[in-house]
Amino acid sequence: MTGRRWLTLHGVLVLLFLYLPIAVIVVLSFNESKYGVAWHGFTLKWYRQLLEHTRIHPYVWNSLIVATVSTFLSTVLGTLLALGLARYRFPWRGGLLFLLYIPVVIPDVVMGVSLLLFFAWVQRAFDALHLGLTTVILGHVSFQIAYVTLVVKSRLAGLDPSLDEAAADLGAAGWTRFWKVTFPLIAPGIAAAALLAFTLSLDDFVITFFTAGPGATTLPIYIFSSVKRGVTPEIHALSTLMILVTTLALIAVQRVQARR
Amino acid sequence: MNKPTRWTRLLPTLGPGTVWLLVFTLVPTLLIFYTSFLQRDPHGWLSGPLTLENYRRFFGIGPDGIDPLYLEILGRSLLLGLVTTVATVVIGFPFAFFIAGSPRKNLLLLLVVLPFWTNFLIRVYAWIVIFQRKGVLNALLGHFGLDPVLLYPSWTAVYVGTIYTYLPFLILPLYASVEKIDWTLLEAAHDLGAGRLRGFWHAVFPQTLPGLIAGVLLVFIPAVGTFVISDLLGAGKAILVGNVIQQQFGASRDWAFGSAAAFVLMAVVLTGLWLYARWAGERGMEELV
Repeated sequence: MTGRRWLTLHGVLVLLFLYLPIAVIVVLSFNESKYGVAWHGFTLKWYRQLLEHTRIHPYVWNSLIVATVSTFLSTVLGTLLALGLARYRFPWRGGLLFLLYIPVVIPDVVMGVSLLLFFAWVQRAFDALHLGLTTVILGHVSFQIAYVTLVVKSRLAGLDPSLDEAAADLGAAGWTRFWKVTFPLIAPGIAAAALLAFTLSLDDFVITFFTAGPGATTLPIYIFSSVKRGVTPEIHALSTLMILVTTLALIAVQRVQARR
Repeated sequence: MNKPTRWTRLLPTLGPGTVWLLVFTLVPTLLIFYTSFLQRDPHGWLSGPLTLENYRRFFGIGPDGIDPLYLEILGRSLLLGLVTTVATVVIGFPFAFFIAGSPRKNLLLLLVVLPFWTNFLIRVYAWIVIFQRKGVLNALLGHFGLDPVLLYPSWTAVYVGTIYTYLPFLILPLYASVEKIDWTLLEAAHDLGAGRLRGFWHAVFPQTLPGLIAGVLLVFIPAVGTFVISDLLGAGKAILVGNVIQQQFGASRDWAFGSAAAFVLMAVVLTGLWLYARWAGERGMEELV
């Protein structure tokens, strides 16, 4: 066999490894049998039960509320940070970058417990910030902000600075210059950053686990407790639907990017 | 441009984000450090005076020698991080070249990204379904007349689950470097008489380093800190530093000791990163995202 053939064989095996668990879940979601993995015939009843059981609807809502609010906040804050970092020189730049990298590089369990500790101190001192959806949102923004800033910043780094200077020479001041020149140029970067932030929030388990109080259960928290308790086939159906949504979203993003 | 910008111009862009990071990132991180020197009080909260007791307990330094309980747990976490990193490099390195050389690059990239965006808990749970007593693996073994194996719960399952979860974290940044390789350097090396191995080692491998090292960090950091994978696939029997931290902040409710464990974990990771930052600089840090 030639080198290329070995590489292809290895590639196929890696893809099988990556997709085996996903295939297992998808297949089981259509399996008639409630227990075990033996095939007992095709059914859609788990999907029907999933839709009929209103129990999980609040968890879906919580996930969507957290993801939407936190994405909005982190996109605004992160884009502003990226603009400032790209445009200005200031003495504490290194310190700010260090702060920005903390959420990206420390293990998420450490970030989760440090936020929990922080909220507990604030609660004792000011009787504010009791654990709930608000604390989850604050926690999510704190890790999303880093990703948004870094994605938008790399987009800004690729911009031609002469465009900005030309706008300034033509008399466009601060805000006008931003809205008419800079913003349209970095809009795709901001959109990509927001999409990343949204997905990170929807998928997050660890930060939510430590910062959520009663009544703030999100979908990943529900899935975790289901796995600990013993899973019902509805979870397979739910997982399959989540995989389907992600697949469609990713294909849509790739189509949009290919058109540019 | 070298003169610092006036702070009145910095405030509208950098102000809000900086305040946010100070309040919700720096203060909590400092709080972990501070709390690690406190003690649990009878009401389950924290009190002084400042003490090194938590670190003494973590490192197991007692009057009659060293009790290595937590050091062993830390060692196990480091081992999991190292083995996972090596395994993902061995699996992912050829795979990155496979994608780069394929005519269907975009499809293959999508195929790698997709599991990565599938909810992490679902992927870990799928390995339970595969490894459990009456799971997919044993059904397959039974089909060929082989004896069943008990892999859930086990350390093997924890290792497979961790490698599986973080493999895309290595492949994606590595691929970004492989795609940019200047292959004329390899031709030049061959023209100068280098053999296949020597040519690859000196002309190709160094070009993959930025992506490879970013990928290694992206795998090592979460692997060393995981508590979910060991909790689920080890069913409570596989204890890592992440599990110690989670237990202390959960059921055991000794936040002071949990903070000390968290700080030790953070110190391990930050040391690795500090070495990386010295080597790669600001551009290199951007490769991590």
